[in-house]
Amino acid sequence: MASISMRKVSVQFPLLSGAQRSLKNSVLAATTGGRIARDAREQPVISALNDIDLELRVGDRVAVCGHNGSGKSTLLRVLAGIYEPAGGVLDIRGSVGAIFDPALGMDPEASGMENIVLRLRLMGFSRRQIDERIDEIAGFTGLGPFLHMPVRTYSAGMGARLAFAISTSVMPDILILDEGIGAGDASFFEQANARLRRLVDAAGILLLASHSFELLRQFCTRAILLEHGALIASGPLEEVLSFYHERTHGPSAVRRAA
Amino acid sequence: MSITFDNADHSAAPARPPAWRPASAARDIARGAALWRTWLALGWHDVRQRYKRSVLGPLWITLSMGITVAALGLLYARLFAQPIDAYLPFVALGFIVWALVSGVLLDACAVFVAAEGYIRQIALPLSFYVYRMVWRHFIVFAHNLLIFVVVAFVLPVQINGATLLVLPALLLLAANALWVGLMVGMVCTRYRDVPQIVTSVVQVAFFLTPIVWQPGQLVRESWVVDINPFFHLVELVRAPLLGAAPSAMNWSVAALMAVAGSACTFLLFARYRYRIVYWV
Repeated sequence: MASISMRKVSVQFPLLSGAQRSLKNSVLAATTGGRIARDAREQPVISALNDIDLELRVGDRVAVCGHNGSGKSTLLRVLAGIYEPAGGVLDIRGSVGAIFDPALGMDPEASGMENIVLRLRLMGFSRRQIDERIDEIAGFTGLGPFLHMPVRTYSAGMGARLAFAISTSVMPDILILDEGIGAGDASFFEQANARLRRLVDAAGILLLASHSFELLRQFCTRAILLEHGALIASGPLEEVLSFYHERTHGPSAVRRAA
Repeated sequence: MSITFDNADHSAAPARPPAWRPASAARDIARGAALWRTWLALGWHDVRQRYKRSVLGPLWITLSMGITVAALGLLYARLFAQPIDAYLPFVALGFIVWALVSGVLLDACAVFVAAEGYIRQIALPLSFYVYRMVWRHFIVFAHNLLIFVVVAFVLPVQINGATLLVLPALLLLAANALWVGLMVGMVCTRYRDVPQIVTSVVQVAFFLTPIVWQPGQLVRESWVVDINPFFHLVELVRAPLLGAAPSAMNWSVAALMAVAGSACTFLLFARYRYRIVYWV
């Protein structure tokens, strides 16, 4: 059974300036005073997530809301196992599949077909398992003969089709989708939506981050709201969405006390 | 279900994270090794990819190395007044092993930075990228070794019991390549001016290491050779293929480097592994 339990999870990023990126300046900072030294010694840290508590069980379809920089992607990357929390307890049961920026992690010199193999390899599939899946993926991209051309020759939309087809070819227990997943032209969007729907239905838990209320309403039943790395609201989708809306645009009468 | 609003003050400084994470570091290294099927396949992919547009494919590596070896071998044999029979196999092996050692060192600089797109997208152990990089260079090494095979056919090269020592020597070299890859990769990801330093070091090391000249040529200053770690690594692989056992000093320096280097790297990895993803 899939489940997610986060208790007091926090994540901090070092914010490295040019001077801190330099070994020379860092060594100078350790041995001398002065301006460069001060620049290199001070290490600003961004608290990307603060004391997040979250319990999710099978059947949860969670919209992750918040402004840019509120910590949505960071939270999803923690759940995907990419960021290790700096503090707190994180317990994830079940396989996790995550789709972030689909354009990342492609080899531009390799052909579309080779990129499919490459990505499936990285997901840990064996040669046989790849052979079982590759035709379906290739078919779904609708790229036909272009699949044998290097990816660097693709348009942005073609690249997105390829990435989407690969990323959605596995059915994880916990599905994590970051914004920017709807890609390509209208006809592809239809197909993509149908495929996404199937994936979401098969997943035990869904987390979807997006600014599009329309998209969130289509797939989610619950929502959480992040602000400056803190989880400030959690509950049924519509209630959180209207709270979020009021907080952003809303009248002075903010219903803060519930 | 009811909606909950949390208006607590989160501005307080968060608790300091645990600095040392040896268990997750060890797990990363073990999980990376367990993915051997994946990095074996991807290492091959990397090599094929690099030479895809050339007719010869990966054999292009062999050809360009062969030209270097032939040209420089003949030239320096004259300059140093060395008999070509002994000198050419020596130079060929020197260049081939040096290509492996320097290749790993230079590629280590970009091992994480170049994989940024993957690191921020797929939850793979970070050690995976190091295994893949080292394996890639061993594949190239195997291609280059063809040159030595050709040379050994034409010129008299001794093949005897000592030749077999090349296998443990390569293992020891691989062990050193892995920790160097991980450590240099980490440092270069954090400090972006280190790759230039590494490039300079590799350049100077090439001239200071007996590759085109023979260790015996430095008589009074032989310590220059003895304190050079690159010499011991190169000699370890070169000597057996020329039919001579490497010296006890070669073995012990290489083994000591592998143990001490791995230990230091592990400490560094346990301390900074979880931050690498923020540095790339």
